[in-house]
Amino acid sequence: MALLDALAARLRQIVGAENVISDPAELATYDCDGLTYHRATPGVVVLPDTAEQIAAIVRACADAGVPYVARGSGTGLSGGALPRTDGVLIVTSRMRRVLDVDAANQRAVVEPGVINLDVTRAARPYGYYFAPDPSSQQVCSIGGNVAENSGGAHCLKYGFTVNHVLACEVVTPDGEIVELTEGPGYDLLGAFVGSEGTLGITTKVTVRLTRLPESVRTLLAGFDSMERAGAAVSAIIADGVVPAAIEMMDALSIEAAEAAVSCGYPPGAGAVLIVELDGPASEVDAQFERVKELCAEAFELRVAADDVERGLIWRGRKSAFAAVGRISPDYIVQDGVIPRTMLPQVLARIDAISRERGVRVANVFHAGDGNLHPLVLFDGSEAGAGERAEEVSGRIIDLCIEHGGSITGEHGVGIDKAKHMPRMFTGEDLDTMQMVRCAFDPAGLCNPGKIYPTPRLCGEVPGRRRGVHPLVESGKADLF
Amino acid sequence: MSALDALAKACEVRPGEDGDAVQGVTPSYVAEPATVAEAAELMRAAAEHGLTVVPRGAGTKMHWGAPPDGCDLLVDTRRLHRIVEHAAGDLVVKTEAGLALDDLREALAGSRQQLALDPLPPGGTVGGVLATGTAGPRRLLYGSARDLLIGVTVVRADGVVAHAGGKVVKNVAGYDLGKLFTGSYGTLGLIVEAAFRLHPLPRATAYVSATAADAGQALAMVQALLGSALVPTAIEVDGPGPITVAALFEGVPDGVPPRAEAACALIGGRTGEGPPGWWGRLPEGEVLAEVRALPTALADLFGGLGGAARIRGSAGRGVWHVALPADGADDVLERLRRHGSAVVLAAPAGVRLDRWGPIPALPLMRRVKDQFDPEHRLAPGRFVGGI
Repeated sequence: MALLDALAARLRQIVGAENVISDPAELATYDCDGLTYHRATPGVVVLPDTAEQIAAIVRACADAGVPYVARGSGTGLSGGALPRTDGVLIVTSRMRRVLDVDAANQRAVVEPGVINLDVTRAARPYGYYFAPDPSSQQVCSIGGNVAENSGGAHCLKYGFTVNHVLACEVVTPDGEIVELTEGPGYDLLGAFVGSEGTLGITTKVTVRLTRLPESVRTLLAGFDSMERAGAAVSAIIADGVVPAAIEMMDALSIEAAEAAVSCGYPPGAGAVLIVELDGPASEVDAQFERVKELCAEAFELRVAADDVERGLIWRGRKSAFAAVGRISPDYIVQDGVIPRTMLPQVLARIDAISRERGVRVANVFHAGDGNLHPLVLFDGSEAGAGERAEEVSGRIIDLCIEHGGSITGEHGVGIDKAKHMPRMFTGEDLDTMQMVRCAFDPAGLCNPGKIYPTPRLCGEVPGRRRGVHPLVESGKADLF
Repeated sequence: MSALDALAKACEVRPGEDGDAVQGVTPSYVAEPATVAEAAELMRAAAEHGLTVVPRGAGTKMHWGAPPDGCDLLVDTRRLHRIVEHAAGDLVVKTEAGLALDDLREALAGSRQQLALDPLPPGGTVGGVLATGTAGPRRLLYGSARDLLIGVTVVRADGVVAHAGGKVVKNVAGYDLGKLFTGSYGTLGLIVEAAFRLHPLPRATAYVSATAADAGQALAMVQALLGSALVPTAIEVDGPGPITVAALFEGVPDGVPPRAEAACALIGGRTGEGPPGWWGRLPEGEVLAEVRALPTALADLFGGLGGAARIRGSAGRGVWHVALPADGADDVLERLRRHGSAVVLAAPAGVRLDRWGPIPALPLMRRVKDQFDPEHRLAPGRFVGGI
């Protein structure tokens, strides 16, 4: 603790005493991110205002050998911003200036604490928006989006955060401020985006802005069964249509959404599909007619007449996670990916597992890209229920791996899924990824313990050996 | 065991010939692995014997980048030419790195799908387009190789096979090594497999083109197209004298004509089914450079060219290729660098140029290189800062 106290004193010099939190009660409010079942009270919280301050904080941590974690709005769902009890939590929420909107060059420059939707708000008067739209976009920060490579319902057509970031100013674990750009040289920007805060802290982000579409058409289709809804998705993709979004919900998630927000989805539906097209009116009109034909198996088809009706259609879907709270005291939000064509088999297996273990699973997903968000329901007050839900949730991830998919499509690995990494990747794969880590953060102080279950000791570079490993120098490790 | 014997245990190996020379450096050996396992054994053998290694696909861009400091072993990837998996319903393909892009295009066309990358220059392999990170006109809508790549298999300098990403489009598990390897010119490892997201082939296309009186008017035309909601797939400019602005529209048969007509009205152009003759080709000259600048810097770039240079590229994205005479090239590059980055892709032997210009984050790049290739045996000297 003496170490942290001394460090806190130095942090006060850097940012001013009012921007350093060390009161236990206040610290406790930062003990988790959006994944609340992992908790750790940070040793110290610091609220910097500039890149230079962050660089000084990182240097102070490096000097003291103290780990640090960056946090934006704290909405992440994999514990990527889980603090360290023995470390510093660097919160970027004060850095929320939109520095520039350059419509002629289709870009904006923002600080990391800027809220995702505020980028769109700043760009809209010029006819532009920021395309990545995670469900938490009203509160999540751009710095967090960069760390997690956030997606959203519309990334089927528009891609992820990494496809919309043109440059990042970054404080490296050395405490240097560097600019990562599209070129020339290695694509360090591409490696940094989505590295879950383990390669440095972004202090300024240049994002690409996307022209607002001339036309947006949205339909809601009610189907008897998931099979029929899934077949419609396959038919749409096979026809060469690239919708802005295709979302699917099953009966249980529809029930939850109705209970929570009365979204008025077709009664008795075994599944609903939301299909949205956007783009030039002449394209969208032609393709929308085609999509309606391809949804012929639906027993009810509703087309949004205007933005209000579109908002109603989306309301049920966007509220789905929270809505499940209406039908179950507790739940786990899972995030896995399968090749889209495997959807029928995997849904059947999830259903079988659910029945076998007596655990209800509500299915909500980005059907266009095979990104599943099963909600595993349980009652924490019931003995063993949490463990059973965990087991079912884990078996769903097994299914994703078995079917050639991924353990996470958009929530990240964080602390929550590090244990699954060795099942998706070989030891050699993980070792190779961590070479990047060793290049950026040889001392392993920048958000340690996330993504990779076992850290690589960066001194073990075969061949050349330069200098003394920081862990050796600090007396924490020896090389044999 | 001699180096040749060790390499020959892995796969077919022959002595290098003059025709194999990489910018004047003739390799001692040329190896042609036919499987990932052979490639891995080859790289292990090269590591044990401390050999410098340069990969080659179809060889269309071997004159790009700086000459290698050494090339004991040239790895010809063209026998790694299989399509590992084409999941048409998932719009995903996984191939080996030596597959010719033309062959891939033909194979995907049967399913009315495409890898939305324009090879520059034409020809080339999957591995080559990744290693050089090139992209043509359609980068405006689809992005470049790094945006389409969803998974990669590489053989490291020590012969270890490593994967990153996967074969699903949406995936954030682990570091994205694919992006790191894209555009790395063989300096981090040997790319042996790649998985890409695909796009449907458009059912209709139209090109719109117009001649601009000067660079200022060309900029205004580009801005009009870029700021419209017409969603061009590409906006290209070629010049100077005359300066042509051209755009590509893709979509459905009922959708494309009205968009092309609206674009014609915006820029005072004419529409046609075929592209201008220069479309999707590199400009020709002694020195070839890739320039990146803000789209609004168009007129400034034209102003900085000087007499005999030619510039062509994605005006919408601000990524250009410039061809210029070797004489005075350094001055032109210096002027272009006032507005962005300018990297010399190709230059005649013996011409001394500042190939790279300022490289932000170069020390970090060196550390990445040291991790992946601590002995600096992979394509040594070919990349930024002598990496």
